[in-house]
Amino acid sequence: MTLEQKFVDITVKFIDLVAKVLPDDVVGVLSTLRDKETEPMAKAIYESMFENMEKAVSMNRPICQDTGVLQFFLKVGTKFPLIDKLSDMLLEATTVATNTVPLRHNAVETFIEKNTGTNTGKNVPYIEYGIVPNSDKLEMIVYMAGGGCVLPGRSMVMMPSAGYEGIADFVADTMVNWGINACPPLVVGVGIGTCVASAAKLAKKASLRPLGTKNDNAQAHIMEQQLEKALNGIGLGPQGIPGKAGCVLGVNVENMARHPSAMGAAVSFGCWAHRRGTIVFDAKLNYEILDHKNTVL
Amino acid sequence: MEKKILTTPISDEDIKSLKIGDIVYLTGTLVTCRDTGHKRRVLSNIVPKTDLKGGAVFHAGPIVKKVGDKWEMVSIGPTTSMRMEKFEKEFLEITGAKIVIGKGGMGSKTVQGCVENTAVHAIFPGGCAVVAASQVEEIMDAEWLDLGMPEAFWVMKVKEFGPLIISIDTKGNNLFENNKEVYKTNKEKQVAQIAKDLSFMKY
Ligand code: SF4
Repeated sequence: MTLEQKFVDITVKFIDLVAKVLPDDVVGVLSTLRDKETEPMAKAIYESMFENMEKAVSMNRPICQDTGVLQFFLKVGTKFPLIDKLSDMLLEATTVATNTVPLRHNAVETFIEKNTGTNTGKNVPYIEYGIVPNSDKLEMIVYMAGGGCVLPGRSMVMMPSAGYEGIADFVADTMVNWGINACPPLVVGVGIGTCVASAAKLAKKASLRPLGTKNDNAQAHIMEQQLEKALNGIGLGPQGIPGKAGCVLGVNVENMARHPSAMGAAVSFGCWAHRRGTIVFDAKLNYEILDHKNTVL
Repeated sequence: MEKKILTTPISDEDIKSLKIGDIVYLTGTLVTCRDTGHKRRVLSNIVPKTDLKGGAVFHAGPIVKKVGDKWEMVSIGPTTSMRMEKFEKEFLEITGAKIVIGKGGMGSKTVQGCVENTAVHAIFPGGCAVVAASQVEEIMDAEWLDLGMPEAFWVMKVKEFGPLIISIDTKGNNLFENNKEVYKTNKEKQVAQIAKDLSFMKY
């Protein structure tokens, strides 16, 4: 088997895993919320979620029918041997996985407005490249972005006079008006940047950071904690019905410097079925899976 | 507690007895219909072969697999019902469907549709697609396949499909709208409380 075939092969199996098994950190927080919840309707929903996770494994099926548009976030070493072929290989892995997992057909060509039936299309799967100099490794996050939790994402540019309080209000407002339909409890990623684009990218990055990790800026971490407290105090529970235990799996903030007179703010959500997987390859394609311990492909 | 089970075709009496917050299950025929399907039925007046009178409609786009000449349900779960708000009232009127199942709440136009046509809206736990698929006994028919897998009109035989939480009842109560007001008030309070901890701007 060539190195390329091997990469496609492993990636297909990894996509299969991500579609069927939630990462350890997400399962951990879900269990805590389930145990804390006291509202009968909300409890019934958590019971279904856990039954669903078990059945996904025993029946070998995707956790949720909406397997999303596949997204790959790469940190690729400039010396990783397959760097030039990554896009082609990920396209192939997506096509194969669509049939083998199987994944729902979720790529609609814009303007032509036709579902391609292959989960591939113009710039789909979505691939974001980060380059790491002097490394021969590849770190790859595979994420399945379902329509429901992508829908409430928002990005805007505020005047700095709005302050960080203004960003908090923007996030909470989005949660109440739109997040409610995105299958809470939700992962909340907040990005603070220079413009709509950079803020949105950071919000996505934040939503993909493992739960329980902190922003290393002390004040940004205070914002993470305070926002989590505020959102959990809304009274919202799983699936948007009332709940006592809270409605977030975690709040992560990612930030960068900004222009003196503008502040980009964005929020990106992940649903309870937060299908994120992280895998690290070395140059020989030995790999380690980070979010799903005790799993073999 | 005994499971409350609705069986299709569902009578008006059964529907009238339901109130928001009730947890019920469905046995019988369930069809999927979402964005394009609603438009096709309401705007183009194209009628599927399957009669929906007394029936149940699921806002869902499943993953199905063809095994021989039969379709097999792999995974099916609710999609955001609000996307169908524009057409649901008319849809209920012309089809006579009695229960619409989806995710999240629906708006005032659907509430009106439920009151006028003796129908309810219910939610199925979103993302619990394997639980739902395991309650589908058989795919009996597939119509409108030209719309693609998620949008096609799948006709299924289901057994004790649920839990379904009633979110709009025939009296015009709306679980999500009621809560929305509470959530909004709480949100204002919560954001005001943390504001002082987030005053990082320097003057
Ligand atoms: S929001 Fe997530 S869990 Fe809910 S239906 Fe979409 S992909 Fe599935």
